[in-house]
Amino acid sequence: MDALLLSRIQFAFVISFHILFPAFTVGLSSWLGFLEWRWLRTRQPAWRDLYFFWLKIFAVSFGMGVVSGIVMSFQLGTNWAGLSARAGGILGPLLGYEVLTAFFLEASFLGVMLFGWGRVPERIHFLSTVLVALGTLFSTFWILSANSWLHTPAGFRLEEGIFRPVDWWALVFNPSFPYRLAHMSLAAFITTCFVIGGIGAWYLRRGRHGEQGLRMLRLAIAFACIAVPVQVVVGDLHGLNTLTHQPIKVAAMEGHWQAEPGRGQPLVLFAWPDEAAERNRMELAVPRAGSLVLTHSWDGQTPGLKSVGTDERPPVVPVFFAFRVMVGIGVLMLLLALASLWAWRRGRLADARGLQRAWMLMLPSGFVAMLAGWHVTELGRQPYVIYGWLRTADAVSPVGAASVALSLGIYAVAYAIVFGFGLTYLVKMVRRGPVPFEPPPHTEGGEHTPARPLSAADATLEDR
Amino acid sequence: METVLPVIWFGIIGFAVLMYVLLDGFVLGLGILAPFAEDEAQLDLMMNTAAPIWDGNETWLVLGGASLLAAFPAAYALLLSSLYLPVLLMLIALVFRGVAFEFRFKARRSKRLWGAAFLLGSLGAAFWQGVILGALVEGRAADPGAGAAAWFSPFSMLTGAALIAGYALLGSTWLVMKTEGDLQRMARMLARPLVALVVVFMGLVSAWLPFLDSRVMARWFEQGNFWWLSPVPALALLNAAWLWRSAFAQGRDARPFVLTLSFFGLGFAGLVIGLWPYLAPPRLTLWEAASGAGSQGFLLVGVAVLLPVILGYTAWSYHVFRGKVRAGQGYH
Ligand code: HDD
Ligand code: HEM
Ligand code: HEM
Repeated sequence: MDALLLSRIQFAFVISFHILFPAFTVGLSSWLGFLEWRWLRTRQPAWRDLYFFWLKIFAVSFGMGVVSGIVMSFQLGTNWAGLSARAGGILGPLLGYEVLTAFFLEASFLGVMLFGWGRVPERIHFLSTVLVALGTLFSTFWILSANSWLHTPAGFRLEEGIFRPVDWWALVFNPSFPYRLAHMSLAAFITTCFVIGGIGAWYLRRGRHGEQGLRMLRLAIAFACIAVPVQVVVGDLHGLNTLTHQPIKVAAMEGHWQAEPGRGQPLVLFAWPDEAAERNRMELAVPRAGSLVLTHSWDGQTPGLKSVGTDERPPVVPVFFAFRVMVGIGVLMLLLALASLWAWRRGRLADARGLQRAWMLMLPSGFVAMLAGWHVTELGRQPYVIYGWLRTADAVSPVGAASVALSLGIYAVAYAIVFGFGLTYLVKMVRRGPVPFEPPPHTEGGEHTPARPLSAADATLEDR
Repeated sequence: METVLPVIWFGIIGFAVLMYVLLDGFVLGLGILAPFAEDEAQLDLMMNTAAPIWDGNETWLVLGGASLLAAFPAAYALLLSSLYLPVLLMLIALVFRGVAFEFRFKARRSKRLWGAAFLLGSLGAAFWQGVILGALVEGRAADPGAGAAAWFSPFSMLTGAALIAGYALLGSTWLVMKTEGDLQRMARMLARPLVALVVVFMGLVSAWLPFLDSRVMARWFEQGNFWWLSPVPALALLNAAWLWRSAFAQGRDARPFVLTLSFFGLGFAGLVIGLWPYLAPPRLTLWEAASGAGSQGFLLVGVAVLLPVILGYTAWSYHVFRGKVRAGQGYH
């Protein structure tokens, strides 16, 4: 294997690992803001207990998000020196704004959020929660702007191989950015929503923390019923935008080899795309549906994969299947949300065992859909790193294959350890469930220790 | 603009790196001193002095990295790819150090494991940062074709060890300020030997510099420059002496820490004077590596507006967690 392929695998691995946590914490921090707001408004202890329960889960996830993010911010230089040297003047300022507007905000107020209960007035504590949530959204904004620019570059000029900014407004709000921002933010909220609902359902089925479980499940259903349909629409619009700017990516997603003017384009539901033979095997397709979905007309046609040479095509099989995984999960989410709404309206939610089981099974579905979506997007961009302008092969660092193989191995082992333990602690916290709040300890002189919230609970985590 | 902006950015990146070295330096120092904790409870206490603020401290490193990419992309690409392995190992060390904060307090049976991760992660991060610095100064980071181990040299090993001692000193004086009782006594006992060790390391590094052929530090010895630059090392020595004396000054618990900060600041100034105007000595100067006014100007606006705000709320969060951290409450 050469350094290029290894670097691609390494990048895909470390960023897929990283994005698991932000996707969860972007949603979770807003959820925490909601819980704390409910507590301040209603003063029902149940809200505060839930807040502290989720706060601990948040702290562990955030920690893993931060450390894997630090790795990301150096990957562009260690492995993609060609890209950083050429486009650093564009990507750098966007990441710089992310640090200035988001990372410092998150990191500083996180401390107050985790350790400040009782040390600062309630309102200031709530403000800290809100600022952390805002920080995660700012972060999403800037990093997706940078990523979208790689897909639909705009507002720049190429000068002796260097990408120079010309119009920052056009650059930041590049053509695919609004769609990607909306789609990814919703994905983060939906991912979190299904975790909350899944845990709620589990408590209900277990008959422990049932009341809290029902509360969480209801909120998850209500949110999913709004957000999932919107996501389907946004996803469709995103696809149409991609069709304008990266038609070959869409052809790979659809398994569409050749346009046949005058005839309606079928929508391929399932197939095995055969890249060597340039056709689909075992195809199951709906006639004309492709035209309807992609061109909103009866016999519109879109460019097929064969319209460009093989060296301009992305890998078709993974893009094709990842797209089906994402859309499939989106549809399942929609069905589950609607079925649950129905059961809720009929007052049967608390004992709808089947539905509760479905929620438990769907707990990780958001993560899977999100990773699948990113793989569609990023693999579909190949063989370019800056679409249409810079090939991935020209972006890689002049580092030997042995070094990259070594680093990939080290990352794999290190992340396996971190992820394994992290997941174990998260599962233990969930098993323990929300516990009644104990006020943080006071010491003489009214000083509080910066103890973790509900730290008494932490100590016994491994007892059960 | 094309000549001034790179200078401003050199200053901003220097500031970010200095903030990182000072702030994460003392947190890494706590990890390096972890073996001196008498028991798990004392280590809890040590980590709790930094738990609410470590993430913000580490963010200065990210600011340094992103600024380098934005303002000097050629240097970012060159340095990170030619220092591939040291950067990798530093990052992995930071991963383990970082998660140890969360994991150790959630663990029971695996608590020792995460204590060890905290120690080794901190040691590793400090060492590899020192190696990166040494390789940079020595001119070993400017040739990506030089092979995967070009950064290895006796000098870079020395700077690696020196940074461990330096961070340990920061950690010990931080503990003097933030704790009391046994832990504070331990920290006081360590402070003096660490001051001595750091002075020795600084002396060794300084004595070695004229023999490097990277042209770095040449400034120090060109045409009598040494004489008008000599206040920097003189002040550093004075500072060290004062720090030595202050280690046991009762009732002035913050003084050793503040003096360590200024000591580091002076050392850092000496280094920056020597590096100027190179980013990747002996090849790449800041003007050669600059991204251009379009990029540098755009981000500069953000820095000018947001950096004061960031410094403001950072100071506020330190203020919220001011005072001594005490044991016994919370968890066991
Ligand atoms: C700001 C930049 C940025 C952002 C936010 C993302 N990516 Fe990306 N990605 C890149 C910048 C990039 C890149 C540096 O441009 C790569 C490296 C090689 C390439 O072709 O593009 C890339 C490649 C790349 C690949 C390998 C494609 C290939 O080489 O065949 C995968 C699977 C992903 N990414 C996955 C993701 C995921 C799961 C993300 C979710 C967070 C993500 N990317 C966000
Ligand atoms: C190449 C791409 C990326 C880089 C270089 C990167 C960089 C980073 C860095 C350095 C951190 C740590 C910040 C700290 O010290 O607090 C971080 C955390 C974070 N990142 Fe990323 N990131 C990338 C992709 C993404 C994406 C795609 C998103 C969201 C859509 C995202 C959202 C976040 C969030 C919300 C955090 C806070 C920690 C957490 O919530 O887990 N990042 N990232
Ligand atoms: C069911 C309806 C959905 C449709 C039609 C849809 C459509 C799309 C399309 C066309 C892309 C590729 C855009 C491009 O590369 O230019 C994409 C990417 C993506 N999708 Fe979906 N999607 C759907 C559901 C979901 C769900 C349920 C999730 C997660 C919870 C999700 C998460 C993502 C993510 C994270 C990306 C990559 C980031 C991006 O390019 O926006 N999608 N989606």
